[in-house]
Amino acid sequence: MRYTLNVNGQDRKVDVDEDTPLLWVLRDTMNLKGTRYGCGAGRCGACTVHLDGAPVQACQTPVASVGSSKIITIEGIGDTAIGKRITEAWLKVDVMQCGYCQGGQIMAATALLAQKPHPSDDDILNAMEGHLCRCGTYLRVKQAIKLAAEGG
Amino acid sequence: MLPSVLAKLSKPGPTRRTFLVVSAAAGGALLVGYYFAGRGKPRQSGELNAFITIAPDNTVTLTAKNPEIGQGVKTMLPMLIAEELDVDWRQVVIRQADLDAEKFTGQFAGGSMATTENYTPMRQIGAAARMLLVSAAARDWGVAVNECTTAGGVVRHPSGKSAVYGSLVDAAARLKAPDLASIKLKDPKDFKIVGKRVGGIDSPLIVRGAPLYGIDVEVPDMYYAVFHKCPVFGGSVKRANLDEIRRMPGVKDAFVIAGSAAHTFEAEGGTVSTGLLPGIAIVADSWWRAEKARQALQVDWNEGPYAHHSSAFFASEADRLLAAPPVWTYRKDGNPDAALKAPAKVVEARYDYPFIAHGTLEPQNCTAHVGNGVCEFWAPTQVPEAARGLIAATLGVKEKDIVIHLTRSGGGFGRRLMNDYMVEAGAISQKIGAPVKLVWSREDDFAHDFYRPAGWHKITGGLDAAGNLTAWKHAFVSFGKGRQFASCAGLDPSSFPAGRVANLSFGTSLIETGVPMGPLRAPGDNALVWVFQSFLDELAHAAGKDPMEFAAMVLGKPEGKPVKQGTFSAARVLGVLAKVRQMSGWGRKLPPRTGLGMAFSYCHLGYAAEVVEATVAKDGRVGVNKVWAAIDVGRQIVNPSGAENQVQGAVMDGLAHALNQKITIENGRAVETNFDRHSPLTIRQAPPVEIAFVLGDADPTGLGEPALPPVIPALTNAVFAATGTRIRSLPIDPKLLA
Repeated sequence: MRYTLNVNGQDRKVDVDEDTPLLWVLRDTMNLKGTRYGCGAGRCGACTVHLDGAPVQACQTPVASVGSSKIITIEGIGDTAIGKRITEAWLKVDVMQCGYCQGGQIMAATALLAQKPHPSDDDILNAMEGHLCRCGTYLRVKQAIKLAAEGG
Repeated sequence: MLPSVLAKLSKPGPTRRTFLVVSAAAGGALLVGYYFAGRGKPRQSGELNAFITIAPDNTVTLTAKNPEIGQGVKTMLPMLIAEELDVDWRQVVIRQADLDAEKFTGQFAGGSMATTENYTPMRQIGAAARMLLVSAAARDWGVAVNECTTAGGVVRHPSGKSAVYGSLVDAAARLKAPDLASIKLKDPKDFKIVGKRVGGIDSPLIVRGAPLYGIDVEVPDMYYAVFHKCPVFGGSVKRANLDEIRRMPGVKDAFVIAGSAAHTFEAEGGTVSTGLLPGIAIVADSWWRAEKARQALQVDWNEGPYAHHSSAFFASEADRLLAAPPVWTYRKDGNPDAALKAPAKVVEARYDYPFIAHGTLEPQNCTAHVGNGVCEFWAPTQVPEAARGLIAATLGVKEKDIVIHLTRSGGGFGRRLMNDYMVEAGAISQKIGAPVKLVWSREDDFAHDFYRPAGWHKITGGLDAAGNLTAWKHAFVSFGKGRQFASCAGLDPSSFPAGRVANLSFGTSLIETGVPMGPLRAPGDNALVWVFQSFLDELAHAAGKDPMEFAAMVLGKPEGKPVKQGTFSAARVLGVLAKVRQMSGWGRKLPPRTGLGMAFSYCHLGYAAEVVEATVAKDGRVGVNKVWAAIDVGRQIVNPSGAENQVQGAVMDGLAHALNQKITIENGRAVETNFDRHSPLTIRQAPPVEIAFVLGDADPTGLGEPALPPVIPALTNAVFAATGTRIRSLPIDPKLLA
């Protein structure tokens, strides 16, 4: 099936099976590798993208369900004001170990700050708890979100 | 304990004569590297392992030789070079080396060895290049070398003369390489980069989603593959509906790979090979189509000899075996049986822990192109050199024809010390004669891991009237064959408190199984330190002593002088214990159902003592309020930001072992196959961690593993302090604490 997807502000045409998860369309059809496969079951958050500003798990989102929603991926999040602040905070705090989950963490954190510019500790836990970091960088994830909320 | 796959790669001390080499490259760049005598062909100038390349435009390129799996070595090793070279960190570009066993040594990530093995050689190469540049400037200016100084990539002379490194490369490349023995290193008090907080070198790329990992590799005209193996360990394919699969959308081919038994872990008593396992390859024009075709597979398996194995079967075997004397007693000091007859107090306890999986967040994957005269691999691997050997042996190609590109790894934790996925990708590519990217599903990854071995222990301890530990009789049931442990299923005969108890024995009985086992971060210690340190806590309570005091009693007097690297040092344990005691406010009064627990370990040359404060809710749920960690990994922390990250991560990892993780075996296969049933720690479970590095005189050593083992017993000892209930089985069952 042919679809036109709006990804990071650009319309992109793809021809894929309708049940293909958005994750694999982004990764293998569009060569946007920053959205990462971790579990394929909506259990880890590594594949988080924004659909019209809301965080969704791309591995659980069939391409046919996307429609005209605007997709933002980790490759494009730095071009948004909040995404820029979050990524800069991530670098300042030096959050990363292996880094594989961090795209998804950044997408979730950006959506959180867009909704709640000054999140409480509970808000942070609620927004981030579906995002597994196998290296255990959670303390720095929290620290970076707070830093970004304070204006970076 | 170092797994055998690493022991082979990591040989302590210089095994070959090492020379410095210098040459010029195209465009006039200065190259400085090492040459290892006795390996490979005689060296031509220019093909040395250029750790340092300085271009005339003043670009300084440093080579990161080891694979990056998240421990920060791609940043840390070049920091050591840049420090002695005296350049600004901002002017440095870092290039990841591919596998080249002729040019480099020890290109692996594992065993917390990167700092231990490279701290001095990386500094030496930086200092040598600096010496060459200074010599070139001094010669040009007609001044003495020792009158010149360097900083920020510039040579200066008191007369006012100065030259940036880039302007000196042509002259420096004509100089003779200095003798390694003549290289003077900086006084650490003059360090400008080492010891400072430096951010991960790839991090600016990671936050933009750049394709850095194995799973991100794209090569022209490649296909995608899944490889479906028998869920029962040791099983093979009888027949499958391959014709139907081949007709599915996007499928290029589907075929059975018969597999071949190989080698690596046979030497350790492993009963399943790490070579090419039998299975069904499905090759398609997208990974999703290959995976979808797999859902339609109907396979008739030969489930092999271990299909009846289960966790319940292993537990009943362990009961049976622990009721009898161990089959094999491999350490015996004094006479434990006699000593246990007449002491003031005898304590006996049983402990058990389950298999657990690595669950690297990036599933196993490899892109391979084998055929048409090429044999090229792109993969996240911790041991590319071992991978090359395995590929050569399994696919019938020559080692020298195999090219392996090192990608960043989305976690390692020991899983990528095995290269089964690389061999599979190679075999599939060889069969279809085209490049292919094999990606395991998460379910493949959990179902075909090399698990941390499960174990069952029975320990009897004796205390005299003064509370001294007089006897330690230790029987355990593990896995293996005859008298050979399965990979990482052993117990090191020198494990603490061996050597400090007059009457001690270690004995084992082994179960043979098809369940694959292997190294997981802090192999052996990640389970055994929990057993030992829990039982020491039990003994302390039985002796009426504070656990810190009891630990000091068992440790005995600190050594008067530093011990040789690789030897257990009571003084260093006492150092971290004193520090963590002070940090944690050990002994303070706590609210109800809240307790402090402590434990220590000596693991991969590092010393760690940790205290956990835990609160147990009425419903039995365990909350970890805070963790304090005192760590001694020598006199210098190279990158404090990376080092603290490692300690925090190791603590989170250990807590996940204690709270969340187990692999159950039923009908010869793994039951838990995704993160919902075998989860890393979550952000909600993550406690604050306060870290102190105790800096002694010892040479710097690695930090990937040492901070993990003690947090598990520190937590279960804290649960005991909070509730009076002793946790003797992992993971913690909240029902026991309600």
